[in-house]
Amino acid sequence: MKKIILGAVVAMFAATGAIADTIRLGTEGAYEPWNFVNDAGKLDGFEIELGNELCKRASLTCEWVKNDWDSIIPNLKSGNYDAIIAGMSITEERQKVIDFTSEYYPADPSAFVGLAGASAAATNGVVAAQTATIQAGYVASSSATLVEFATPDETIAAVRNGEADAVLADRGYLQPIVEESNGQLVFVGDSVQIGGGVGMGMRKSDGALRAKLDAAIASVKSDGTLNKMIAKWFGADAPKF
Amino acid sequence: MFSFCADPATIDGFVWFTCYVTTGKHMAFYLSFGVVLVLLALAAPAALLFGFAGALACRSRLVVVRVLGQGYITMVRGIPDIAFFLFVPVALDQAFEFLRHKMLCGDMTGSVWRGNEFLVCDAAKLPLGSSPQWVHEFYGFMLALLAFAVVFGAFAGNTLRGAMRAVPEPQLQAAAAFGMTRRQVFWRVLLPQMWVYALPGLSNLWMILVKATPLLFLLGVEDVVYWARELGGSKTSAHSYPHDDWRLWYFLALLVFYLAITWFSERFFAKLMTRFSYGQATLGSLEVTR
Repeated sequence: MKKIILGAVVAMFAATGAIADTIRLGTEGAYEPWNFVNDAGKLDGFEIELGNELCKRASLTCEWVKNDWDSIIPNLKSGNYDAIIAGMSITEERQKVIDFTSEYYPADPSAFVGLAGASAAATNGVVAAQTATIQAGYVASSSATLVEFATPDETIAAVRNGEADAVLADRGYLQPIVEESNGQLVFVGDSVQIGGGVGMGMRKSDGALRAKLDAAIASVKSDGTLNKMIAKWFGADAPKF
Repeated sequence: MFSFCADPATIDGFVWFTCYVTTGKHMAFYLSFGVVLVLLALAAPAALLFGFAGALACRSRLVVVRVLGQGYITMVRGIPDIAFFLFVPVALDQAFEFLRHKMLCGDMTGSVWRGNEFLVCDAAKLPLGSSPQWVHEFYGFMLALLAFAVVFGAFAGNTLRGAMRAVPEPQLQAAAAFGMTRRQVFWRVLLPQMWVYALPGLSNLWMILVKATPLLFLLGVEDVVYWARELGGSKTSAHSYPHDDWRLWYFLALLVFYLAITWFSERFFAKLMTRFSYGQATLGSLEVTR
């Protein structure tokens, strides 16, 4: 018995193995069409396709990790994964804690969505947004009342059941939902431009990896692959580079 | 899974439903029920072990051991569970990586805690960055299991400590009169008789443990609550099986699952109580021996 315990302790400390050039990419998995879990149970979406392509161009092996949005930055800092690729907009507040690569999606306007028949006044009432997003910050500093939810589809559900008058989120996320709602959900009010483009989040100490990924992003931009991917996942009239 | 599910857009009604509940995602959902049951099967004995160690420590003649035992039981019972469930996995993970860092990363200078980042060299990460995702998920599950064992062990320890004190003193004195050592008295007389007093508290603790399994979800483990929320949320046509908000139905299924566990547990503990009541000086034993 003692030998087993001792052996286990030694094994735990001795396990090193070959460290290949593997990086772990953290994503949320609940934000269609950026990143979601498809019906086969695998991660899928624009960012998964882009991430795999970037890793190929940077000659890295990529492991995908799913992590809830709330703890995505703290878990990056404690080393659970090496980069965040989850539709995270580049903002000054986030720049204070992590570094970003160059953007791989242009700044998306954020739009309000309400139930059919809602007027533009809904944008000043109770507005739902996901916690820790730029949209939540925008609503909090406006005259509207903010209601926060942990995942994006809970914000839509809140509008549907009347808990909130409107939801504020990226237009790219709301577009397919509005189109497929059979007229139940409509865009209300004007779009607002909040935050910068979308980039990959990295630890501040990981400058070498950031340089590699920046080079890969520049490469997919220059040969048009990125624009093709954006058109595939977001439609022909999505903002492009 | 079936050949007629190849193109979901062309089917509807019951066939669509059959294909829907047999997608890969739903298979992961069904598997997560197994994950919950495995957690219960492992956490209960682990918590009992921790509790036993705590209760034994409280009975020790050495002051240091006694203080440790009492401190463990009191502190863990007194501090909110959620603080332990969030703290223990993170703290243990960092502790292991720190130890490995000390042993394996001789060339890295500076502290591992830099600003708000925790950095160890690649060789010291546990599990390694190059390990497949399932190793990471297994490791996360094990840390969660340890957190459960630590928290519920304190409650079990308190129950066991009380049960040990409840065994009638004459029994122990008679055993000592026969010439048994302290150790023999404990293992042969105290322990078998303690169970009838411990069981009500332990069965209560088991039910609380069953109720607490969704906390796995907080720790990022893909348990039943995670999949119910994920599958239930309304889906656009980016998915092969778009649907409205069906979370109510999924959570109803979870309700049925947990009620089933409760029902089987109640029956099991009733049988156990009967068995332990034989020959005991309790009211319950009268009903048993008749």
